[in-house]
Amino acid sequence: MPANKAPLIELRAATKRFPKNGGGIHTAIRDVNLSVAPGEFVAVVGPTGCGKSTTLSLISGLQPASEGETYVRGELVSGIPAGVGYMFQADATLPWQTVLDNVASGPRYRGASKSEARAQARDWVHRVGLGRFEKYYPHQLSGGMRKRVALAQTLVNEPEIMLMDEPFSALDVQTRQLMQQELLRLWSGSHAAVVFVTHDLEEAIALADRVVIMTASPATIKAEFRVDLPRPRDVEEIRLTPEFLAIYRQVWDSLRDEVEQARATAGQPDAK
Amino acid sequence: MTSPTIIAPPTGRGHELSAENEATLLAAARKTSRFALYKVWALRAVIVAVWLGSWELTATYVIDPFFYSKPSLIWDRLIQWFASGTQFGSVWENIGYTVLEATAGFAIGTVAGIVLGVLLGRSRYMADVFSPFIKAANAVPRIVLAALFIIWFGFGISSKIATVVVLVFFAVFFNAFTGAREVDGNVVNNARILGASKRKILTSIVLPSATTWILSSLHTAFGFALIGAIVGEYAGAKHGMGMLIANAQGTFDSAGIYAGMIIVTVVALLAESLITTAENKLLKWRPSQVQNQIKGI
Repeated sequence: MPANKAPLIELRAATKRFPKNGGGIHTAIRDVNLSVAPGEFVAVVGPTGCGKSTTLSLISGLQPASEGETYVRGELVSGIPAGVGYMFQADATLPWQTVLDNVASGPRYRGASKSEARAQARDWVHRVGLGRFEKYYPHQLSGGMRKRVALAQTLVNEPEIMLMDEPFSALDVQTRQLMQQELLRLWSGSHAAVVFVTHDLEEAIALADRVVIMTASPATIKAEFRVDLPRPRDVEEIRLTPEFLAIYRQVWDSLRDEVEQARATAGQPDAK
Repeated sequence: MTSPTIIAPPTGRGHELSAENEATLLAAARKTSRFALYKVWALRAVIVAVWLGSWELTATYVIDPFFYSKPSLIWDRLIQWFASGTQFGSVWENIGYTVLEATAGFAIGTVAGIVLGVLLGRSRYMADVFSPFIKAANAVPRIVLAALFIIWFGFGISSKIATVVVLVFFAVFFNAFTGAREVDGNVVNNARILGASKRKILTSIVLPSATTWILSSLHTAFGFALIGAIVGEYAGAKHGMGMLIANAQGTFDSAGIYAGMIIVTVVALLAESLITTAENKLLKWRPSQVQNQIKGI
């Protein structure tokens, strides 16, 4: 990665606070410094509930930072920046529209005519492997298929920045690995930068160029690790290679303390 | 490394069904479910026969049919109304007036309820400001407003429509309000990132999302619409089923009251089935809410 290329996304000392339910303030993230280069795949890993998703909502413009700044393409973020795609953890597709119309909604919102939007959508629906299911409604699809719809819905706008919030955590293991492979396949031609939040370290290392470790709440960046594994990767096979295991050990060493600390504060007994 | 134990799969075709066996089993299953349907209808027929039969007998020999009427008299009255008309014009005219009042008021009340419900549902500020006013207005016994509307609008059709509007509005408003408020935040955020403007979010996300709530209120709302029309006519009218029933009451025509009741009930049931058809069409994207127990074959 050329060192003098301006970062596409930059968080400088970003802090986000929320009011707590019983009164008081909950600091989700504090003093986060993160930069993502164009075309880079960054995985953000941390213990459950630490505030990783909050980082994404700052970059996407859905929430402003309480302190610090968020920059996209060198400009301060106010409102939703152009060229951003977001894949949510829970289903965010429109249940009252067919697969085709769901994927077409991005172009339609941006002003394309119905037939244009549907043509674009059809291409992407085929690319994610749902060509036979154009006229189906989301409730008629399996979990994995719904994720593909969400993926197509985001990618049809050809975003420069893809923000993904634990998108596959609700799937069973086999479907999850399939979707990871699909994601790599669909991403590989696109030169989009990806910020992929997950609590699954294996997933993070298998997919990313760089893994960022966040501490337990209030979260800040603890460490970053470069993942030098060659592309294109086979997600299922790569987990068994010695290079993968070496990186995994290194990263887990850093993450382990955070996971234990998060468990302790959540009141669960220490697994040791 | 231990070597795994391999268990040989069973030989032979096992319990696969041949084509004829499958057909026989399916035919038997269909026969059983048809029989169950016959049992339901048979019992229904028995209930109706017992009810009408006992009523007719009791009214002929025990109680006074002048007050309580009996099926044969009600039937005669219905035939009379449909064949030779009522004192106030043909029965179809009167049905038409009542249905017109109910439908017009239903349309106005529904639109007003949806528009205000969605607007207040999306704006916390407006909802907070108007909430006590709406609650107070809702608490006024709306039937009593019928009397007020007669003075404002006279005995014509507008006072009845006004009564219907007031009844329908609140039923639809509260549902539209809740439906608009409970839109899934993730879906809205997703739409925002995909590029939807605030107006597009209202029309393409909030409205369809609230449709389930709104449609469910329409069943009761049309029931209220008919009630409103009839009660409005009761308070004073020149046409309509409510007026016919009130007149029957005034002339001690108990058969007439029942006949009017039956006609209004049929109208209500027809409307109900129309609304259900519309609901099924508009909501075909929903997973079926009824979990049918699948009985084994």
